[in-house]
Parts: sequence; C-alpha cells; structure tokens
Amino acid sequence: MTFIRQGYVTGPLIGVLWSLTVAITVSVVMSFATGEAFRPGGAGILIAGVATGLLALGNRDTTLVATSAVALTGALLLTGLGPVIVGEDVGLRAKVLTLLAVGVAIGYPLSRMLEGCATGALDRHDFEAAVIRFLTAFGYVFFTAIVAIPFYVMVMTSLKSQQALLQNPLDFSLEITRGWGLFRSYFELFGQYNFGRYLMVSLIVSVLTVFITLLFSVPGAYAVARLRFKGRAMMSRSILLIYMVPMIVLALPIYIGFSMAGLRNSIAGILLIYPVTTIPVALYMLQGYFRGLPAEVEEAGLMDGLSRLGVIWKITLPLSLPALASVSLYVFMIAWNEFLLAFMLLDDPSKFTLTRGVKMLDSSEIPRQHLMAGAVISTLPIMALFLGLERFMTKGLTAGSVKG
Amino acid sequence: MVTIPTPPSGTGPLARREARLAWGLLFPTLLSVALVIILPLLAIFWISVKPIELADLRPPSPDIYERLRGNPKAPGDDATLEYRLRNTSPDTPVTGVTLRDRLPEGLTIPQLDPRCTLDGRDLFCDFGTWEPGFRERMQMPVEVTAAFLGSGINVRDSEVSVTGSGASVLFDTNFTTENFARVFDGAEFWSVLGVTLFYTVFGTIGALVVGLMAALILNKDFRGQGVLRGLYLFPYVAPVIAVAFTWVTLFDPFSGSANALLLQMGTITAPINFFGDRPLALIMVTVFEIWRYFPLSFLFILARMQSIDSDMYEAADMDGASPFQQFWYLSVPQLAGILSVLFLLRFIWTFNKFDDIFLLTGGNAGTRTLTVNVYEQAFAISNIGAGAAVAVVIFACLLIFSIFFFRFISREEGL
Repeated sequence: MTFIRQGYVTGPLIGVLWSLTVAITVSVVMSFATGEAFRPGGAGILIAGVATGLLALGNRDTTLVATSAVALTGALLLTGLGPVIVGEDVGLRAKVLTLLAVGVAIGYPLSRMLEGCATGALDRHDFEAAVIRFLTAFGYVFFTAIVAIPFYVMVMTSLKSQQALLQNPLDFSLEITRGWGLFRSYFELFGQYNFGRYLMVSLIVSVLTVFITLLFSVPGAYAVARLRFKGRAMMSRSILLIYMVPMIVLALPIYIGFSMAGLRNSIAGILLIYPVTTIPVALYMLQGYFRGLPAEVEEAGLMDGLSRLGVIWKITLPLSLPALASVSLYVFMIAWNEFLLAFMLLDDPSKFTLTRGVKMLDSSEIPRQHLMAGAVISTLPIMALFLGLERFMTKGLTAGSVKG
Repeated sequence: MVTIPTPPSGTGPLARREARLAWGLLFPTLLSVALVIILPLLAIFWISVKPIELADLRPPSPDIYERLRGNPKAPGDDATLEYRLRNTSPDTPVTGVTLRDRLPEGLTIPQLDPRCTLDGRDLFCDFGTWEPGFRERMQMPVEVTAAFLGSGINVRDSEVSVTGSGASVLFDTNFTTENFARVFDGAEFWSVLGVTLFYTVFGTIGALVVGLMAALILNKDFRGQGVLRGLYLFPYVAPVIAVAFTWVTLFDPFSGSANALLLQMGTITAPINFFGDRPLALIMVTVFEIWRYFPLSFLFILARMQSIDSDMYEAADMDGASPFQQFWYLSVPQLAGILSVLFLLRFIWTFNKFDDIFLLTGGNAGTRTLTVNVYEQAFAISNIGAGAAVAVVIFACLLIFSIFFFRFISREEGL
C-alpha cells in the first residue's frame, strides 16, 4: 500500500483511470449524438493520463493543466494515438469538438482531484481524499449515464423514422428537416390507436384510486395510531404482512372471480381492485405520520366538545396535509404504473389503461418508434408530476414504504 | 364506614366506546382487504388441489340457436321453426333447462312439441336435464300468414331466454394432488427455484450496494442537487412497461444501439442477443432489477445519512481518521440498521417481482422465476390448477421469510 501512496504513482494512476472514463464517455456521447465512428484508444488514454496526472500533482493552476491537456490531446490525435479515435469520415467540426471536450474533461477535473498531492510520499489523508474525489467524479458520470442513456434512447427513438432506425441504430441526431414529421408516431398514436382515450382512462382510474384509498385509509390509520383497543399492535403488523403478498398470487383468483362475475373488461372492476392494493400502503404511511402529531391538540379539541370524527376532520387532517399529499402522489404513481392487473383483466381495446395500451403496441407489426412513443406518453405525465412535487414525493417514499 | 379506594379494573364504558369506534373506523379497510386479499388467498389453496383448466372457467351451460327454415314466400308455404339445443360441456350435465321465446305476429304452430306450452304468443319449453354432450334439433312446423311476411320480422328478433346450469368444476368435490406433483416434477422445479434465488439475492444486494454508492457520492450540498436527485429516481418512478421496453429496444440483437456501439468500439465482433442467450439473459434481468431499484435504496440511505450528526465526523477528523476509516468505523455502523431493513424488505419484494421479467424475456432463455411460472402454468399451458399450486409454493416461501422478518424487524424498530 505504501507504494501506491507515492505522488508519482498516485497521480498517473488516477490520471489513467480518469482518462479512460472521459474517453469512453466522450465516445459514447459523440456516437449517440452524430451516429458516426468514435471509439476510445488504449495507447492515447495511457499517454494522456500519465502525462496529465504527473503535471497536475501539486499544481494550483487549473487553467494551465487544462490547456496542456488540450494541447497534448491535439498532438496525440494528429499522430492517430488520441484517447478517442475518430473515424475518417467525421467532419472537422466534430473533430475539434471532441478534441476540446476530451482535453478539458481530462485536464480540469484531474487538477482538482490531485490538488493536495505532492510528488513525493503522501500521507494517508491526502491520498484517500484524492481517491475519493476521483470516485465522486466517476460516480457522477456513471450514474448520470446509466439513468440518462435509456431515457435518451426512449425519447429519440420515438422521433425517428423506421428507415433511419434500421440504417444506423447509433444515429440519434434529430432530422430537423422533417419539421412536424418528427412527431409522426405521436400523431398516429393519438389518431389511430386511441391513446387520447387511454390517457383519460388512466387519469380517471388513478385519481379515483387516490380518492377511494384516502377515504378508507385515513380513518383506519387514525384508529391504529391514536385509539386504544385490543389487537392494535397486531393490526399495525398485519398491515405490513399484507403488503408482502405478491400480486401474481392474487391476480389468478381475481381473474377467475372476475370472469365468473362478468367484471372483466370493465373499468369498474379495475376500480374495485386498485384501491385495495394501495390501502395497506397508505394506511401504514399515514399512521406513522399521525403518531408524530401532538396528541394534546386533539385532546383540547375533544375537551371543547368536538366528537372524534370532528377531531379527525377539523384538526388531524389539516395538520397532516403534507403527508396526505405524499401519500396521494405515491398512490397515484402506483395506480398509473400498474401493469399486471390491467394486462390480465382488460382485453377490450376501448377500455384499456395507458400501460395496457402500450403493451398492445408490443407486436412485430407495429414499428418500434410507436412503442417508444407510447412509453414516452406514459412516462412524461408521471415524471412531470414527480419532478414538480419532488419534495413531497421523496418525503412520502421514505416515510414508510419500500414497495416496488 | 370508610371505603378503601381501588383502581378501576376491567374495561370501563369509555374504553369500550373507544374500541368500538376504532373497529368502526377500521371496518371498511378490513372488509375490503378480506374481500380482495384474504378471499383470493383461500381460493388459491382450493384451486391448487383441483383439476382445473382455463377452459373449465366457463361453466357448462345450455346453448340454443333459433331459426326459421323453409324460406316461406307466400302464405301457406311450408316452414319449420327450429331450435338447435346443445349442452356446451362434454362431461357435465346441465339441469333445469327451460326456454322462453315470443313468437312474432302472424306465425302459428299447429303441432307443439310435447315439452312446450304456448300462452298467447309466449312459448315456454321445459327440458329438464341435459346429459353431457347432449345435442338435438327441436323442429316444429309452422303456418305463416301475410301479416308475418309483410312485416319483415325475423323470428330471431325476439331474444330467446334460456335458464339452466351445470355444476362448475370449480365447486365440485373432485380433488387431485396432480398439480403439486406436476410442479415438483423433475429438474424443472429446481432450475426455476435456482433462477428465482439468483435473481432475488443478486438483485437485492446489487440494488443496495449501488444505492449505497450513489448515496455516498451525492451526500453533498450544491446547487442543482434536487434536479439531479430527481433524475436519478427516473428508473423507479417511470412505468415498468416503458423502461422494460426501452431496455429491450436498446439491447435488441439486430437494431439495438448497445450492440451497434460495442461493435463500433471493437469490443465485440458479432451482435450479442442480450435477452435471448442462456446465462446472459438471467444476468441482464438481474442488472435491470438493480438498475430499476437502486434509486429506492439510494433515497432511504441518503435520508439516514443526512440525519447523522456531523460533529462525530469532525471529531474523527481531529483525531486523524482518514476518509475511508471514517466511512468504515462511523458511517457503516450508523447505516447498518437501515441497510438490513432495506435488505429484508427488498428481498421479499424482489422475490415477488413479476412484471419486469415477464416484459423483458417472458420467462424464456432461463429466466423463469416462480412468479413467472404461475403465469406460464395458468395461462400459457392453460392449467389453472398447476398455476395455483405454484402460487401456493410461493406463499409458503413468503411465510418462512416473514417469520424471520418479523423476528428481526421488531428488534430493528422498523423504518
């Protein structure tokens, strides 16, 4: 271990690892953006990493390091040994952009990572701080990539034409010349495939599910949280237990029961089931919040002549509005994303929910970009809602549910 | 006389009122849960010991088809009113079969079938019991008049109402152990169990570890953190159907971008069928599970980390602890509680997971887990009984897990 904790070992090592990260990232980004040939080159990464790593040791001037890295990358590119090897038919603009991106992305962060490191022996603290700065930077790149790439592919595929997709699966550049034609898949989904209706059905089902769930779970949660009765402890535990019954086990008898009762293929049937799957979750989350509210306020209300129900309505509910918002959002998300029950219980295309509608698009006769457009349509509303109300959602999720 | 005050014993009227109110408030929830969760669970046990196929779900019923034969053109032409009678089930009798129909104006039946009576224009027939596979054409000659021919009415315009029912296989007392025999039969069960365990164990641990790493990295305050955190939750918040199909598109062997990218970078020489080859498909669905659920552990771990007092770290810093030592000796013990609770809960929910694998591979290429097997048996092979038997096996596994879980969580004091 002491061998690694020498500045002239640590610097180049982190330099090479970081250069590798940068080279792969830039190659992938450039490939996805232009559809042309970019790939990381081993020798270039090694040379650029070692050189910049050594230069950055103990150097406070970040601009100098970044400029030298750009110059070095440029020189390597000219000799054909660049950290990113660019295909021959790539335009000059893309080449310059790659050069600048690679140089700056290697030089600037490296000089920050190796800020406190001297050329000689390092103490443990400085060494680990440098490693952690590297890991942090790597983590940002890694996590952003794994989340953003699928999302990017989903949106961009939905805007492509079938022909362009088959020709070059890497090319996600927008064909601006197509104008409104870019959104052809969306027009067709809303025009021919009835997606406007599915959107409405999903919205209505989700909102009603939220209402019914709250209607049932608020009194239940209050009883479990505040009132004393025999079996209270058992009750709050069995809520969690119910939470663990897998949906597929329930779906089979529900399918049979609904087939016999004629409830299959009806929105009413779906509305009978959805709330029950969310009531235990909501009850568990709400009772945790109700317990945290001061009981004295409620007792004061009781003393002043309110009934228990009056207390719930006039005191507890107004105090727990933030919790109600989180629970509503969470329940809305579950109902909106629900797939299994909708898939099993709905066969009639005029009654589909959005997720069931997207599943319908998964057929070899329907082009891929329609499927991806369907995915975007089902994702955007819930993402917009979530990003807008992120604060509530995060709180709500951590408040008492790990359900997935 | 002095009375010695004693504390009240038993439940007083106030306590009883409170308990009544509590049960009253809980009643709607309990009722709905009983109907939609407890009842189906009991049903699963019942079905799992019965020989039921998908087709048996439709109970045997009488089937009647009515038409006028002979194509009469003028009053007095020969014509026959025909009812085709059939028992839809080849192996169950139908009892109490009756038929009610309204004859159109201008149509008379001179010779009624002995089983039928006519009251004004209302025809009523009582057939009693039909044997399994019963089939008959009941024909009655009719006389047509000009009123009927001129009206353009079809005999079928009036709905035939039929009664009669057969015992559904669902409720008889035929039991069998064949469903379980079939489930446990041969090597298939063990391979399914093995796949389930691999998926559950690695999916759970992977999501926890990746979530922990993300939380460690993002536990810093800077502008734009909220947006980035929102972005990192995308895999969890987006509908499973959208992200699963995106992965299928991305990793498609022919037109997928992942293959094109790897080919171009020279990492591989021929396209890889990510979701179609045997060991790889299982790894891919596990990676998908990790990808989809790391945000959840990330969120929980981050919430716990931000509640840890920073004084402790400052003190450790003063004492010369390096960052890794601080992580190992301070953070990890603080996070142990949330990590173990997360592990247990996620373990059970990953075990229960159905949608993800079903949408990615459909359970093919060695990715069939127990939950996918329920669907496979019940709907693909149309053997509802066998599907229910698999569900019972799942339930038994969960019971074992939850006993363990409750022992543990009462010590860990929940979330």
